[in-house]
Amino acid sequence: MNLTVPSSASVSVQGLSLDFGAVSVLKSLNLDIADGEFVVLLGPSGCGKSTLLNCIAGLLDISDGRIFIKGKNVTWQEPAERGIGMVFQSYALYPQMTVEKNLSFGLRVAGTPKDEIARRIARAAEILQIEPLLQRKPAALSGGQRQRVAIGRALVRDVDVFLFDEPLSNLDAKLRSELRVEIKLLHRKLKNTMIYVTHDQIEAMTLADRIAVMRGGVIQQFDAPPVIYNRPVNRFVAGFLGSPGMNFLEGRLEDGKGGWHFAADGISIPLSTYGFERNPVAGSAAFGIRPEHVALNSGEDWPFSMTATVEVVEPMGSDTLVWLLVAGQKFSVRVGAERAPAAGETVTIGFDPMRASLFDGEAGKRI
Amino acid sequence: MSVATADTTSAADGPRGRKPRRTLSRRNIILYGTLFVVAVYYLLPLYVMVVTSLKGMPEIRLGHIFAPPVEITFQPWVKAWAEACTGLNCDGLSRGFWNSVRITVPSVILSIAIASVNGYALANWRFKGAEVFFTILIVGAFIPYQVMLYPIVIILREIGLYGTLTGLVLVHSIFGMPILTLLFRNYFASLPEELFKAARVDGAGFWGIYLRIMLPMSLPIFVVAVIIQITGIWNDFLFGVVYTKPDLYPMTVQLNNIVNSVQGVKEYNVNMAATLLTGLVPLLVYFVSGKLFVRGIAAGAVKG
Repeated sequence: MNLTVPSSASVSVQGLSLDFGAVSVLKSLNLDIADGEFVVLLGPSGCGKSTLLNCIAGLLDISDGRIFIKGKNVTWQEPAERGIGMVFQSYALYPQMTVEKNLSFGLRVAGTPKDEIARRIARAAEILQIEPLLQRKPAALSGGQRQRVAIGRALVRDVDVFLFDEPLSNLDAKLRSELRVEIKLLHRKLKNTMIYVTHDQIEAMTLADRIAVMRGGVIQQFDAPPVIYNRPVNRFVAGFLGSPGMNFLEGRLEDGKGGWHFAADGISIPLSTYGFERNPVAGSAAFGIRPEHVALNSGEDWPFSMTATVEVVEPMGSDTLVWLLVAGQKFSVRVGAERAPAAGETVTIGFDPMRASLFDGEAGKRI
Repeated sequence: MSVATADTTSAADGPRGRKPRRTLSRRNIILYGTLFVVAVYYLLPLYVMVVTSLKGMPEIRLGHIFAPPVEITFQPWVKAWAEACTGLNCDGLSRGFWNSVRITVPSVILSIAIASVNGYALANWRFKGAEVFFTILIVGAFIPYQVMLYPIVIILREIGLYGTLTGLVLVHSIFGMPILTLLFRNYFASLPEELFKAARVDGAGFWGIYLRIMLPMSLPIFVVAVIIQITGIWNDFLFGVVYTKPDLYPMTVQLNNIVNSVQGVKEYNVNMAATLLTGLVPLLVYFVSGKLFVRGIAAGAVKG
């Protein structure tokens, strides 16, 4: 195990494990987060992402491993001693206190002088534009305002690291996208390290410097959003990101004349342009390609093209999703609404395998 | 539109808007009739008590127990409060009243203070062995009092508190513990866990969170606990008679001694007045708390 703390790391998790009785929730997890970085923990519910955040915050006692914040071993420290601020999904504002008292609670507990408290509240209120709300009770605030106050509570404490636990999940779609932008602006302004838990891939893609995709208490991939999106390390990551999801064709990887190709029920996709991650081995495999990387009736010359019959057409406003059968398997293509074919029409599809992802048949790892 | 109405005239005349309901339907008559009968049945004894307590003895001897008093007199109430004899004392129920106050107030405060902290610790600070502790406490609630009567007599005697108000307060506090702890645990468990987490991140400790976050949010459940304890302890007879001595008997025991005295004439009006006086405190508590009580009962509903 690597026992040195990277000097630039703001948060460093080393060999973290957490067991609830016989159930292992987090399994020997390692994570290094650079100073000022915005990291999103993304995964389906029950993958351990919120648990990991709670461990970093010190709200859960871990079974094994160490946690460093700003180079300091905080594994056994109380949450308040770790230099973190946390924003919760349900806002968790103290209902009996005004906004001002909510903001100052942590400082009052710590015994900060009055004028210092006033100064910090004024600053936070200005940054978050909640000055007119300071004397209100949380019950008299809207969801967006409550979440702003919750962020303010972390802000006034002048912490090194912000932890967000699905902060936007309780808001409606419009507010969510507004606050998403605000959080991004806040990060740019404050330049704090931020760790953000969500199951919403749009939030993850738009906010993150790096995304950690988790499943079953294990980090599957930890990389910049475009890398995660375009070069997923395994089939789970490939399928979890993207909406509509990636197309997967089940078939075999074969080495024939003309080099490696992917064969499935009557079709053969040449892989001469595909960038292999490791040396290919013949055998069962899955070929994944995103709906927007497939051209429909483009008239251009693609490394692979074929004709197919349209089964279903799903208009989604800006785009239309066209469902076909390729090699007897469901396959979707994303086209502009104005170019959408009708169901039953015969169309030509084409794509470049360069943009595809190949996974082996057993472990689902990228080839 | 015109074609459609021509074809189906009934659609135009059909039902529209709110469905009309008759006030004097058979359903309503049966419903309100039943409620009225049950209410009268339940209130009748109270009516008889109030009416009898306001009559003089000659009027009572006529035997019209449902008749309102011809000549209203408050003499029975005065006698019940200040003059009725129990054993050697002839200062009425007033002595018992003040004894009961001196028993109830400290018992209520002590038991609720301890039980609320208990419930808070069990709900929010899941310490090792919390489940076992809680199970033992709940099992305690199901052990019949009679089994423990004599052992407690011995314990109180050994620590020198037998026959004192302090001893009785202690007994009441202990016996209130299981149900109150359960009540508070369930209430605190129903509060959002994230509030507790937020307070911890803000640096508040065990007592800080309890006093500054949890307590201000718990008014309804405290009202419920206060009501349960006041009525329970005020109405207690068994512990009062077992663990105190005649000078310190609570009101209920004195009431019994007045009503069941075998000497002389049975003064029904005084007995009724004494009973009403004794029942006044729990009754007042219910009236004053009203809405809060219902809210708290719903909030602390027994679950998991």
